[in-house]
Amino acid sequence: MMLMLRAEWTKFRSVRGWVIGMLVAVGVTVLIGLLGPLGTNIGCGDSGGSCAGNTPPTGPDGEFVADSFYFVHQSLTGDGSITARVTSLTGQYSPNGTAAVGQGGADLVSGVQPWSKAGIIIKQNLNAGSAYAAVMLTGSNGVRMQDNYTHDTAGSAAARWLRLTRAGDTITGYDSTDGTNWTAIGTTKLSGTAQIGLFTTSPGHEVITQSFGGSSGRGGPTRATAVFDNVDRTGPWTGTAVGGSTRNTGFQQTPNGFTVTGSGDIAPIVATGGSLTTRIESALVGVFAGLIAVIVVAALFITAEYRRGLIRTTLAASPWRGRVLAAKALVVGGVSFVVGLVAAVIVIPVVLKLDVGKGLSVFPVSTWTEVRVVGGTALVLAVTAVLALAVGTIMRRSAGAVTAVIVAVVLPYILAVASVLPAGAAEWLMRITPAAAFAIQQSEPAYAQVTASYTPNSGYFPLPPWGGFAVLCGYTALALGVAALLLRRRDA
Amino acid sequence: MREALHAEWTKLRTSPGTIWLLLGIIALTVTLSAAATAAVTCASADCGQDPAKVSLTGIEFGQAVVVIFAVLAMSGEYGTGMIRLTFTAIPRRTTVLAAKAIVLSGLTLAAGTVAVLVSVLVGRLLLPGNGFTAAHGYPALSLADGSVFRAAAGSVLYLVLVGLFSLGVATLVRESALAIGVLLGLLYLFPIIATVFGDPNWHRHLLQIGPMTAGLSIQNTIDLASQPVAPWAGLGILAAWAAASLLLGGLVLRSRDA
Repeated sequence: MMLMLRAEWTKFRSVRGWVIGMLVAVGVTVLIGLLGPLGTNIGCGDSGGSCAGNTPPTGPDGEFVADSFYFVHQSLTGDGSITARVTSLTGQYSPNGTAAVGQGGADLVSGVQPWSKAGIIIKQNLNAGSAYAAVMLTGSNGVRMQDNYTHDTAGSAAARWLRLTRAGDTITGYDSTDGTNWTAIGTTKLSGTAQIGLFTTSPGHEVITQSFGGSSGRGGPTRATAVFDNVDRTGPWTGTAVGGSTRNTGFQQTPNGFTVTGSGDIAPIVATGGSLTTRIESALVGVFAGLIAVIVVAALFITAEYRRGLIRTTLAASPWRGRVLAAKALVVGGVSFVVGLVAAVIVIPVVLKLDVGKGLSVFPVSTWTEVRVVGGTALVLAVTAVLALAVGTIMRRSAGAVTAVIVAVVLPYILAVASVLPAGAAEWLMRITPAAAFAIQQSEPAYAQVTASYTPNSGYFPLPPWGGFAVLCGYTALALGVAALLLRRRDA
Repeated sequence: MREALHAEWTKLRTSPGTIWLLLGIIALTVTLSAAATAAVTCASADCGQDPAKVSLTGIEFGQAVVVIFAVLAMSGEYGTGMIRLTFTAIPRRTTVLAAKAIVLSGLTLAAGTVAVLVSVLVGRLLLPGNGFTAAHGYPALSLADGSVFRAAAGSVLYLVLVGLFSLGVATLVRESALAIGVLLGLLYLFPIIATVFGDPNWHRHLLQIGPMTAGLSIQNTIDLASQPVAPWAGLGILAAWAAASLLLGGLVLRSRDA
């Protein structure tokens, strides 16, 4: 086997065109990646100058968060609890996003958003992005317990009584339909002096429209008003618009309780485009070009042997045909892996640096996610190269093999992100075609508790990262199996 | 020229792959068109979908076979060494290229016409069931409608131009795998790269210069003002790509050793 690997490696490195092809793959991946920042011109403020200060706050886990709401609060030191009942949650929004909610306007409509939130919260401090635990009634998702932006646990749909208790540093959330029988929803940790109280907030109105190139979101600011009673803590209370939401928000204390009006959201920010943010995988758009170069070389790696008749010498030298194919797959897959790795490692930091220089904020990701995106890109190139080799072995003609693999991997992606297909069909394409593998580049998860257009054309794949990659691996394994069988059975 | 045409016609006619490639153009185009037509629905009068474009989506698939067809017509001769014989018989190399272009165009025109007619027919039958009804502002898809006819005839021309573009590139680079890689890259990469451009002007410019994105604008029948490029202008841009590749290919063909 070592000899065979060595033979295949020698064949590969001694063909100048193939080595150049692999270098071209690195080059185009990097160059096309660099086009992205060049084609981005954003201006902040009237001068179009500095965008410093536009970076969203980050939550305790390091992700970008939206943290603006109206907070009626007092200090909490040590153990304690708060109980309240939400008697009503109402809201206003502008269906077309034109009217300025809170400043009046012609086309304001009454209605709460699905994720308008009103409830009780214990928050580390009044800074946007600080840790918190909250139990809330939502517009149409029942009672939820949420903490630290990304965690969301469903409570009862019918409950209106909410309670948060802190014992030591453990916070437990409860809900109840009658104020006497309480059900625990979840627990979280938050220690030290904190702010405790009532809050209301309401995220932007999202209309997901289907049009050319998939779906797009269109929204506008909204406002929600909640009425609380049976609040078991006594004053004094302070009202603060956390995160600078001043859209006519505020609170009133009545003999029975409170009326709190808020606007904004307490949630992770999602990367659906159109904002001043970018994700690390946007630097990897050139991978599609690199992929095409790798496919051409990988297919030629076997079809050229058939055309020149070298395959007969190869098979005479090593009659175990399956092993010849395995050696070829290892060589071309290994080289393609290195090509992908080098290209991604070069292009990501450069593009992100340029993006930041242009004033964009890059979604922070964990080291593990970054490794998965970079390594996954290399793996996609490697496995696609093996697929091209296998299809080349089956077809023995380069033209058909190259076209088949490029079309199978690239065309579904185009149809999903830039065609007339609706989001549902686009998602199916991203499940069942080899293009599903690009899910491994998705760095930001979709959050069920945030309404957004989570479609392939905004960078959200229906399959999880490794699940999508497994689809490509499945096709490759199948093609490799057929190739090995045909290679063994067929006269060379 | 007549002899050259006759020779090219005989070569292409007797090549075993030709009939399968032509059938492939029709089959792939119709398959994807039908799938897209079945998938797209129009729920209200304001759904913003373009029925002609939907029912002709398959062109994006079928063009890949046109690329193989055109590339093999040239690269195939280099692969087997046949090209030397061809040039010995007809020493005027640009005549050979022109003859190939004419024969290829004729066959692509025929296959493309069938593919487009069947696609439009499928659209006519399926779209009303998906909400493309008169109530939502969509009359039945008909070639008697000027803009639908333009989209359909333009799609056939699109395939012919992709074939000519491919012939030019194949003449330039000779190696079939490389030619196909370059061609599918140029056709398919522009819409993907455009998606990461934050600046709307850059986004628009990329779609305007991409041979596929510009050329397929011939399929737009609604909302023309908001498209990056007008229908015929877009097809003209693809024609410019084809002309440039044929011109370069022709020049290189004359000066290079076969």
